[in-house]
Amino acid sequence: MNTPRQSPAAFEYLTTKKDELVGWARKFSLFPYPFVTACCGMEFMSVSSTLYDTDRFGAALPRFSPRQSDLMMVVGTINHKQAPVLRKVYEQMCEPKWVIAFGTCTISGGFYQNYAVLLGIDKVIPVDVYIPGCPPRPEMVIDGIMQLQDKIATARHPLINEHF
Amino acid sequence: MHDAILKRLRERLAVEAGLAATLSQGLLVLVQKPDELLAIAQTLKHKFAFDLLLDVTAVDWPQRQPRFDVVYHFYSTQDHVRVRLKTAVSETSPEVDSLRSLYGSANIMERECHEMYGIRFRDNPDLRPILLYEGFEGYPLRKDYPKQREQPQV
Repeated sequence: MNTPRQSPAAFEYLTTKKDELVGWARKFSLFPYPFVTACCGMEFMSVSSTLYDTDRFGAALPRFSPRQSDLMMVVGTINHKQAPVLRKVYEQMCEPKWVIAFGTCTISGGFYQNYAVLLGIDKVIPVDVYIPGCPPRPEMVIDGIMQLQDKIATARHPLINEHF
Repeated sequence: MHDAILKRLRERLAVEAGLAATLSQGLLVLVQKPDELLAIAQTLKHKFAFDLLLDVTAVDWPQRQPRFDVVYHFYSTQDHVRVRLKTAVSETSPEVDSLRSLYGSANIMERECHEMYGIRFRDNPDLRPILLYEGFEGYPLRKDYPKQREQPQV
């Protein structure tokens, strides 16, 4: 009845570095904000639904408010009229934040070269991972998310305040 | 059936309104002077039941004088036929009458034609851009607008 509580032999303590711990936590809790404007959006829906399932990478739950998200997925053509909106949405996201450019149009304007289309979103906001393709295969998107996870895991995560 | 209606309508246009229409790809085509435009549209609407204005657009012919064609398409919901009305305007005064007194849909389509081609529509008070933004210079669908010219906002 009064058996003494046995302490487990292993995993009582874990030593790690703060950056690795924070990076490990952050890379599995990506909350994407889908900035979907064009046909790549269909591929984005396919990759986030059951068959390819981005939930495996902790990046499943799209938040439709930039204030609740930390990964912005820019999916589809951005034109000059939308560029101020894109910049504003990006500025509304809290730090830390990352951006994935999904599809050729967001990377370079794609096959558009005219008065309307912005030739690459990196003229407006910083981009972490570029996923080329018109549209990209789901495997490429998953590869892109994994590359972003590697980037987060190996990055520095500076102290935010005196508690953390 | 369709051809018979077109043929009859073409005869009626010639007899009752004095308009010589040609046929092109199953459409009746009228080419008229810009100052006759409003009167002809009125005739088409009230006498020949072309009660739907489908499209207002323009064509740029850089080598030609006068330079622009303003093109209207009308549809008759009674006879199920279309008529195309073309009028040529010059580069120096690209101006035609607005059809907004006859067709409500002319408001928006004339706005778009104005921002893309720089055609002015008299009596249309609201020619603000729809697809473009404030501060955009030039008319992007004119042939002399450089293909690679960008006007970024950010």
